[in-house]
Amino acid sequence: MSVDYSKEIPLVQGRLTMAQLDDAIAKPMSVRPGKIYFIALAFTSGLLLLGVLGVSLTFYFGIGEWGNNQPVAWGWGITNFVFWVGIAHAGTLISAILYLLRQKWRTGISRFAEAMTIFAVMCAGIFPIIHTGRPWLAGYLLPYPNSHHLWPNFISPLVWDVFAVSTYLIVSAIFWYVGLIPDFATLRDRTVSKVKNFVYSFFSLGWRHSNRHWRHYEKVYMILAGLATPLVLSVHTVVSFDFAVAVLPGWHSTIFPPYFVAGAIFSGFAMVVTALVFMRKVLGLENVITIDHLDRMNKIILLTGSMVGYAYLMEFFISWYSGVPTEQYVAVNRAFGEYAWGYWIMVACNALFPQLFWSRKIRRSIPVMFLVVVLVNVGMWFERFIIIASSLHRDFLPSSWGYFTPTWVDFSILLGSFGLFFTLILVFSRTLPVVTMSEIKGVVEGAHPTHHKGDHNG
Amino acid sequence: MADNKLYCVSALFDTPDKIINAARKTTEAGYKKFDVNTPYPVHGMDRAMGMGQSKIGYVTLFFGLSGAVFIFLFMWWTFASSYNIVVGGKPFLSAPAFIPITFETTVLFAAISTFVGMIAVFFKLPHNSHPLHDTDYMKAVSGDKFGLVIEADDEQFNRDRVTDFLKNLGAYKVADVYIPEKETYKLFSSGFVIFLIILAVVTSAATYITLNKLMYVVPFSWMEVQDKLNAQEESDIFADGKGMRLPVEGTVARGELPYPFYGQPNPPEVLSNPTLPTKKVLELGKRKFLTFCSPCHGNFAQGESRLHGQFPTGPTLVSSKINNYPDGMIYHIITNGQNVMPSYMHQINREERWAIVDYVRVLQRAQNPSQSDIQEVKKESSSNVAK
Repeated sequence: MSVDYSKEIPLVQGRLTMAQLDDAIAKPMSVRPGKIYFIALAFTSGLLLLGVLGVSLTFYFGIGEWGNNQPVAWGWGITNFVFWVGIAHAGTLISAILYLLRQKWRTGISRFAEAMTIFAVMCAGIFPIIHTGRPWLAGYLLPYPNSHHLWPNFISPLVWDVFAVSTYLIVSAIFWYVGLIPDFATLRDRTVSKVKNFVYSFFSLGWRHSNRHWRHYEKVYMILAGLATPLVLSVHTVVSFDFAVAVLPGWHSTIFPPYFVAGAIFSGFAMVVTALVFMRKVLGLENVITIDHLDRMNKIILLTGSMVGYAYLMEFFISWYSGVPTEQYVAVNRAFGEYAWGYWIMVACNALFPQLFWSRKIRRSIPVMFLVVVLVNVGMWFERFIIIASSLHRDFLPSSWGYFTPTWVDFSILLGSFGLFFTLILVFSRTLPVVTMSEIKGVVEGAHPTHHKGDHNG
Repeated sequence: MADNKLYCVSALFDTPDKIINAARKTTEAGYKKFDVNTPYPVHGMDRAMGMGQSKIGYVTLFFGLSGAVFIFLFMWWTFASSYNIVVGGKPFLSAPAFIPITFETTVLFAAISTFVGMIAVFFKLPHNSHPLHDTDYMKAVSGDKFGLVIEADDEQFNRDRVTDFLKNLGAYKVADVYIPEKETYKLFSSGFVIFLIILAVVTSAATYITLNKLMYVVPFSWMEVQDKLNAQEESDIFADGKGMRLPVEGTVARGELPYPFYGQPNPPEVLSNPTLPTKKVLELGKRKFLTFCSPCHGNFAQGESRLHGQFPTGPTLVSSKINNYPDGMIYHIITNGQNVMPSYMHQINREERWAIVDYVRVLQRAQNPSQSDIQEVKKESSSNVAK
């Protein structure tokens, strides 16, 4: 196996010209989608309706429709919340951190990953609100002036969560929209339909591709990337504080913030790959979202998967080293107790299967890669479930031990959140450019001056 | 078209090398009001156009720091000033626990202000009526071409000279762009008026429904609507139509033992005092006496009313007549009332009435002390004198 690492792999394959790129990216928005698209949309919106049914039952009859009990009061509601917030981390990582690290290959996938971020945060945001059982009181989480001088408890991690997740949603949306402005302008100038022209003009804000604007635009993009980078790390850190600040054995641990952030990137990348494998095929963007992109993403999955595996081992070590009997009991109980089945699914999917990506062949094989990333998604969901259920179900007092069994309403809401996510993705893929046109044109060969005045003999 | 004012002369180029060369030459030729339009930011263009670094970073810095200061002070104010609550035994100003929210708000303020500043202040967008819009030039630079415009406002502008200049730079197409005629609309055109009416009706209906109906929709009603009768409610079950029922005749409420001689000015016999004059009882009696009796009978029961003739003055209680009353008689008068004095049965409970009787006895004895009482007081006061 000989790979020449001295030459940079072209970011866009097939020597596409800029006009061809524009055509390829704008095509899904101008042609009528085929039958398969509508079948897929029917399926995902069916799942979404199932979720709506589950949530309606929850609102009507109350939280008792769920499997939550004492001691496992957090149940699937918070499991799903942490799962979706984790998924949301890949987008900003790709668009912000890889931008600051000058990883140009991010251009092909950044728009899609950012869209995924926003959709995943939307899915995540539903769960804490419905989990409270009184969703109409959620407004009290934000400080508002009132005659009783009642304020949120600003030193509670749950309130930090509210601030972190809503800031993340707003900043991600701004970042996404800033990237979309030039593309809306390009679409505006391409379209012949009057209605589309109106819509695109409205959202393009009258962008003129002026270099006097590009100058600030590029700076702002960098500033937003710089702001989003610590933000993305802080969001899952704050989510992990929900657990780590409690005194519960199995939660009360300083490894949680880095462990959660690594897990979030891991699961987010797995979800991006899961969706991109289909998206590039269906939308005919194989030359823009190339196998090299997937290869690089799989490398990051391998890295973060190994970090997560390290955290699993370290949890064992620390619980032994701490000398706290309850802590030791919880660690052993996690791996060999009533939730052992979930624990070993988690370890296999998160720590073992991604190790297959050491092989270049597997990293570049679509079917195997797809199987592994789906397993990673499953494993990461189980990780959150194990952290919540196995720590809560047996804490200090044996008299209050219990076991969590989900109901069909739990299942319907989880499936419904997947339905919402994929419905939004499907709608997005046909209404907005899936690849950032103004960025991808900047990375094709010959996009920038050669600095010898166009004289190619030099 | 020819009647319209010229906005600029535009030129299209097809390679990045040509456009950067053109921009450099245009700058060198001394043109100030020109712009380059490219489908993506071209490296080195800022320098070729003679522009420095963007200053927008200062907006981010200023508003980011403002956000940090604002939210920290706000949390300090809510926790340490507006409504103090001890949480987890931490101090009111627990700065380490304020860090996460301070950080998030810093980022939020910085990001929003940078975005709004860029769009509204630096770019002056939205601006969909710019002359360059809907021209072939704009359609080309939106796709894969590179364009340069020299505006008619420029001091050195001369249409023919600029056209030649741009052609010489290697432009494959040079064209004039005119300022389009301003479209004007009549204020009271029928369509607009109908639109306003529909808007007004829809807005008021939506506002009415939201504020008067939607806001009062009860999410769950089964906790509030229950199969029971509340006080003051009507009911079909009973003949009188009232939901509330009177207690069964002869019902005695707790602590409300009926008084057998109620309503008799001269009872044939009286009750005997069930209490002992302990310190606790006397203190209770003193408190109740000062509250209920002293306004008319005086603080020392000598009939020195505080009401100063606005109300019939109560008689002294330290007369030989009352001294000789049995305890039960005084109790009877408090309970039943006498002459203008009303019954105090419902203001003062049984135990307190007996305590008042005991206290009245104390006051009487204090007015006519026996020799042994004086001896006792003297002994006590002399022991208090400093030696």
